[in-house]
Amino acid sequence: MKFALTWLKDHLETTATVGEICDALNAIGLEVEGVEDPATRLAGFRIAHVLTAARHPDADKLQVLTVDTGDGEPLQVVCGAPNARAGMKGVLGLPGAVVPANGMVLRKSAIRGVESNGMMCSVRELELGEDHDGIIELPDDAPVGARFADYHGASPVIEVAVTPNRPDCMGVYGIARDLAAKGLGTLKPIAIPAFAERGDCPVEIRTDDPEGCPAFYGRVITGVTNGTSPDWLQARLKSAGQRPISLLVDLTNYLMLGFGRPAHIYDLAKLSGAVVARRARAGEQVLALNEKTYTLDDSMVVIADDAQVHDVAGIMGGEDSGVSETTTDVLLEIAYFDPVRIGATGRKLGLASDARIRFERGVDPDFLDDGLDLLTGLIVELAGGTPTETVRAGSPPSNAKVIAFDPGLTLRLGGLDVAESEQKRILESLGFSVGDGWQVSCPLRRHDIEGAADLVEEVVRIYGLDKVASVALPRVEGVARPTATPQQKQERGLRRATAASGLNEAVTWSFLPEWAAEHFAADDQALWLLANPISEDLKAMRPSLLPGLLMAAKRNADRGASGSRLFEIGRRYFRGQAGLSDERPTLGIVLAGEKTQRGWQTGKAKTFDAYDAKALALELLEAAGAPVGNLMVMGEAGAQFHPGQSGTLRLGPKTVLARFGMVHPATLKVFDVDGPIAAVELFLDAIPARKNAAFARPGFTPPALQAVTRDFAFLVPEALAAGDLVRGVQGADKAAITAVRVFDVFAGQGVPEGYKSLALEVTLQPGEASFKDSDLKTIAEKIVAAAAKQGGELRG
Amino acid sequence: MTDITSQTQAALAAIATATSLEALEAQRLDALGKKGWVSLALKTLGGMSPEERAVAAPAIQTARAEIAAALDARKAALETAELEARLARETLDLTLPAHAAPKGSVHPVSQVMDELAEIFADLGFAVATGPEIEDDWHNFTALNMDETHPARAMHDTFYFPDKTAEGREVLLRTHTSPVQIRAMQEHGAPLRIIAPGRVYRSDSDATHTPMFHQIEGLVIDKDIHLGHLKWTLETFLKAFFEREDIVLRLRPSYFPFTEPSVEIDVGYAMEGGRRIVGGSGDEPGHAWMEVLGSGMVNRRVIAAAGLDPDEWQGFAFGTGVDRLAQLKYGMNDLRAFFDGDPRWLAHYGFSPFDQPTLSAGVGART
Repeated sequence: MKFALTWLKDHLETTATVGEICDALNAIGLEVEGVEDPATRLAGFRIAHVLTAARHPDADKLQVLTVDTGDGEPLQVVCGAPNARAGMKGVLGLPGAVVPANGMVLRKSAIRGVESNGMMCSVRELELGEDHDGIIELPDDAPVGARFADYHGASPVIEVAVTPNRPDCMGVYGIARDLAAKGLGTLKPIAIPAFAERGDCPVEIRTDDPEGCPAFYGRVITGVTNGTSPDWLQARLKSAGQRPISLLVDLTNYLMLGFGRPAHIYDLAKLSGAVVARRARAGEQVLALNEKTYTLDDSMVVIADDAQVHDVAGIMGGEDSGVSETTTDVLLEIAYFDPVRIGATGRKLGLASDARIRFERGVDPDFLDDGLDLLTGLIVELAGGTPTETVRAGSPPSNAKVIAFDPGLTLRLGGLDVAESEQKRILESLGFSVGDGWQVSCPLRRHDIEGAADLVEEVVRIYGLDKVASVALPRVEGVARPTATPQQKQERGLRRATAASGLNEAVTWSFLPEWAAEHFAADDQALWLLANPISEDLKAMRPSLLPGLLMAAKRNADRGASGSRLFEIGRRYFRGQAGLSDERPTLGIVLAGEKTQRGWQTGKAKTFDAYDAKALALELLEAAGAPVGNLMVMGEAGAQFHPGQSGTLRLGPKTVLARFGMVHPATLKVFDVDGPIAAVELFLDAIPARKNAAFARPGFTPPALQAVTRDFAFLVPEALAAGDLVRGVQGADKAAITAVRVFDVFAGQGVPEGYKSLALEVTLQPGEASFKDSDLKTIAEKIVAAAAKQGGELRG
Repeated sequence: MTDITSQTQAALAAIATATSLEALEAQRLDALGKKGWVSLALKTLGGMSPEERAVAAPAIQTARAEIAAALDARKAALETAELEARLARETLDLTLPAHAAPKGSVHPVSQVMDELAEIFADLGFAVATGPEIEDDWHNFTALNMDETHPARAMHDTFYFPDKTAEGREVLLRTHTSPVQIRAMQEHGAPLRIIAPGRVYRSDSDATHTPMFHQIEGLVIDKDIHLGHLKWTLETFLKAFFEREDIVLRLRPSYFPFTEPSVEIDVGYAMEGGRRIVGGSGDEPGHAWMEVLGSGMVNRRVIAAAGLDPDEWQGFAFGTGVDRLAQLKYGMNDLRAFFDGDPRWLAHYGFSPFDQPTLSAGVGART
């Protein structure tokens, strides 16, 4: 809502300054979004007296003026206006002034060789009207040298954001009422110009849809003259951002913007038969005032006559029955429509209007007769004509809500101790009536008031939210108790562990292009696809964190980055029970580009490999609390991974805790990014919760006796997984063997074709007594036997 | 006698001028070796008369001690010289670059969420979560926005074509407020939670991204009023910005899920082109900016979540996490938050060791 201060003062008797009014508006919940003072736009424009006017020596249509600006020597100004002449008074823009209409900064210049020290302005140039036939002519008594802004008396324009619960403030009068309640002045009664009704309304008015249109009031005025509106009206509408159109249209807009009351005026000559509020018939069409044709359905209310639909009720009038310059007889419509139906109709048609926004939020059911009389009176006063009596079809809601209010609630809920007399004053100044025992009857216009809490809000906002004092929340005795859940602790720890491993945490979109999501979807997975995506690139909920990170790695590579080490902790979106989602916490990692730069010590740049991915997967699973000692390395990382350079880490054959490895070249191609790229995904939801976690650790004393190591080299078939040999050896003597580590893998000279040599370092920990040679011999034999079971043969 | 004295002088002179450990060893063998002249002289003592021995023995012992000490001293000197020579040969150009381990970083959104969790934990708030793919009952209806509510249309909601088994619309949550409902349903009352997380609006321009982060706060108890809300937000903002001069301005507003509803402005000043939170917005050079929406929870919401609104009441608030991060740490481009550019992440991200703690202040200064 925008309005000029003068308009507000039409309804509010006040001496408050603009600043005080704005502070009050903010304080009562009508947020000031801006104050525009036209005086600032007119800075640099002065009233000037044209002393002489002579033909420009080199241009037929230009004149050279000397003008008096009140001080100093008269200035020479070149002017092209036909009405410029000696003796007149006008408005001069001095060098440095900005022309409001086009933003041009005026400068001292030479026009066809003649110096000009400013510009005499037209009405349009100063955005005070459309006239551009000549420069502004001011009356003879205009004070030469005065700031034109002061002379013009331009009023500041205030823009407020009206929250959707306050349609009663979608008119200047409602805002004035709130300000008066706040103590900013006195609300003036609405002045309805007197008029004499003559005769019955000749048009039959009906509502055939009492649910959608409970009330439809009307009146005919004959013999009006539609022309341009008077200045006061035009100025008010312009301040609200509304372009003046014609007197009759402007008056309906004035009623709407000034009093929050939409109305409609039909050209009676264009109507035939009874004018009826009814449901539209499916497929019926109407050409609306915005020159678009809308096809209606039977949920929508229209105003129609015998011939056609004239009006999408409460939203927009029809082109065919609107008033024009030649209109002489009119039918005024003022109605009450069901707010819900208006909203639904507007959304269905995609049709927004100032009327809709008021009707769907709820206009004042108590302002039909007064609204109609006010409109009638203004028309008769300004456009002439003879009004008939009002004809009323149906009736608006009239049962005022009564709330049993406990004024003590203001303190209990609002935290403000307000005297009961003041609470009563506030409520009454807003139009509530407070009966015996605090039975509060609500004005019909306040559709937002549902219960006692709403009355507390009314009292508090007018009394002053700034008076609410801070009160500490009660807290438990002593140190605050921990609140984080195990999952939250896991995620926080994992995030910092991953960053400590040298990776940058990214946050990428939860939605992906469909192709990217599809590429990472499991075979049987139905993706979540948005019905109304903002773009095709943000459409499918991600089934993996890797596509988003790959796309980031590509962007980085395209920007010339040598590499990306990115991770993200977020959700993957799956289908859950009963049509709901199943969102699984996940850590994704993408390692792209250079792992190490070329270096004077290290030689060429190195890229990431599958073992980098494995190392991170294990390290981070451990940080996440997974039992990494029990994990198996298995295959089936997914089609997006290199089939021979990827794996899964599983707890048992079915529980996959992580996948890792090199990204498949085909995936790199789909994502248009250069490889090699390593990737890891940790499935945090699959990590079993720690049971019986306690502060005390199991008892432990470092063994007194020193561990010994023995090396073994086994010849094994090339295809044997090293892990199988290690696991076999580990099981050879569980009491003595505490670690088995592969320290060499070799194939080639000295190793038969189809075989490889695996060298193991086995750590043996003696218990009570040191190993004797015979003990070590026995253990070695067990190790060799265990290796043999895996197809390993001890190398000589 | 003179013989031993002159031999000793000669040996000491030779030791002093020995230039290698080998030459020194030769001198040792010559004097103190099994067949060295000192050793041989000692052997002659056995054949002497006690009178002769009393004169000769001290002289020989003195010679042996002097020579042994000279040998040790010379050996130490030669070894030191040799070590110094070796170290000189081993000199490295330490202006050459050393291997640098890559530095990781924590995203500002995560950092700020951890900060918020730490602050609110001290006030007794737990962290609650809920699904991002929500149904319209939790996202709207239970929050007092039924299907016809105009506010619903203003939420720029992303919908899925799906319906839940109960026939509800499926959508991306437009705010973290549905977590209020879920937390009340799950935990009942009294309750103190914050709910940070991703939210979605179909809105995209310079200052809006279709995905962003919010944090919701909810207190349900008895005798909780607007004064507690004001204190909580003041306390939180003071702890978050680590300054005591935070001034709030409460403005009446409208949210369907609160009544009364209160918008919270905070005073700030422009310094170096940045908004610096602190001071009253009415002070010279200061202004107000909106930071939080809040209010007393609407009794319909409490009832929808299965609690008795005549027994329980409380407040709720919500704000943007990304925005808090921007205000505190000075990054201005929201879109960069979601780009994954390592340069930005390294500049605006946080060390993994910047774990927020109350004792150190939750923020990380650079």
